[in-house]
Amino acid sequence: MAQIYFNHVKEGMELPVLEKKTTTRQLVQWAGASGDFNEIHYDKPWAEKTGLPGLIIHGRLKAAFLGQLVTDWMGPAGTLKKIDVAYRGMDFPGDTVKCKGKVVKKYTRGRERLVDVEVWTENAKGEKTTPGTATVALPARR
Amino acid sequence: MAQQQKESVITPEMKKWIGVEGPPTIYEVEKGAIRKFCIAVGDTNPLYLDEEYAKKTKYGGIIAPLGFFGTPVSSGAFGQQPYEVSLKRVLNGGTEYEYIKPVRPGDTIISTRKITDFQERDGRLGRTLYTSSETIYRNQRGEVVAIGRGTTINY
Amino acid sequence: MAKQVYYEDVTEGMELPQLVKHPMPRQLVQWAGATGDYNEFHYNETFAKVRSNLPGIIVHGALVCQFVRQMVSDWVGDEGTLKKLNVSYRGMNFPEQDCICKGKVVKKQVQGDDHLVELEVWSENPKGEKTTPGTAVAILPSRAKK
Repeated sequence: MAQIYFNHVKEGMELPVLEKKTTTRQLVQWAGASGDFNEIHYDKPWAEKTGLPGLIIHGRLKAAFLGQLVTDWMGPAGTLKKIDVAYRGMDFPGDTVKCKGKVVKKYTRGRERLVDVEVWTENAKGEKTTPGTATVALPARR
Repeated sequence: MAQQQKESVITPEMKKWIGVEGPPTIYEVEKGAIRKFCIAVGDTNPLYLDEEYAKKTKYGGIIAPLGFFGTPVSSGAFGQQPYEVSLKRVLNGGTEYEYIKPVRPGDTIISTRKITDFQERDGRLGRTLYTSSETIYRNQRGEVVAIGRGTTINY
Repeated sequence: MAKQVYYEDVTEGMELPQLVKHPMPRQLVQWAGATGDYNEFHYNETFAKVRSNLPGIIVHGALVCQFVRQMVSDWVGDEGTLKKLNVSYRGMNFPEQDCICKGKVVKKQVQGDDHLVELEVWSENPKGEKTTPGTAVAILPSRAKK
């Protein structure tokens, strides 16, 4: 896995996009792994009865996708310090969820070299369904 | 006779695998995985879930219910086939477990599976292939804890 | 737990207490998570109907096998030991329906130190069809040995 260094990072820089082609099977796997067995994620008649347009992707699964976006980018020597996301819009299994990110700030605090990243998931219409922010510590330079 | 042979779905390549032991699969038996399994079955027997209770039984501690040898659970019927089967639809025909020793959390279970027989018949689902297999489950001390036998149906 | 059954209490032809399960889609998804069997015809209705040509979502055969196993384990109790269980998957059970597990003592015999009972076991769907017929062998505690 490639390593990114603090001195290579610029504010405004975009993270490589992570695309997730989601499936109902994946939601069932997430349910099993997380223990969140809410029917709205796999039982379509149930989901429709509750007024949803269909099955929806677990918000926490999308948060995990964004976690992966950041950890893939920061590389093995980076440290994810913080991530928080808001669930603003629904995504549906079968959709491709685009995970995107952009560097908003780089700074040092004590001996740590920190980068704040704006992250979000985007649906096919280009709507940000899960916006959030992450902070990572990066190695200085090789 | 010649035509019957041509139609057989049991190929010479498949027959070569009868009795050949496959690569071992290693499962770790975790207490949390036993709990998830019991919740899924709806079996709340404290022998599988409650260490304090289980300590007082003849087992002296939590055991796994018969059929649980770590996750992923092998039914003894499905598994990676080293050969091609022309019938693509698959059903689980049946399962047999022989329980020899208790399986406990912390155990490492090593299982090996082999094909024991192929049979074919024309049934309700058309041409149907029955594959019998046997899986031996051993623990980290090399003791056989269980034997599973299964039938896989292809149609 | 029900009280312990002893070999001396058992007669051939005796029925085991029934275990009635009513699996919902949630339970099938929990089973998928617990076992790693993510075959879609157990939770995706469209997949079950269109791809697998089934009338709808079906209960995992191995889960029904566990229901039968639980019925036997409950009956043999902590002091009994289930030695062998064998089931065939002959019919389907569907979620949101009762899956009734039943059993009956076929034979009892002493073999060496072991007090053995042979059982006929099965699960039924609401139509009364035996979906998972099988057999089991268990060792029961004996009052004589106590």
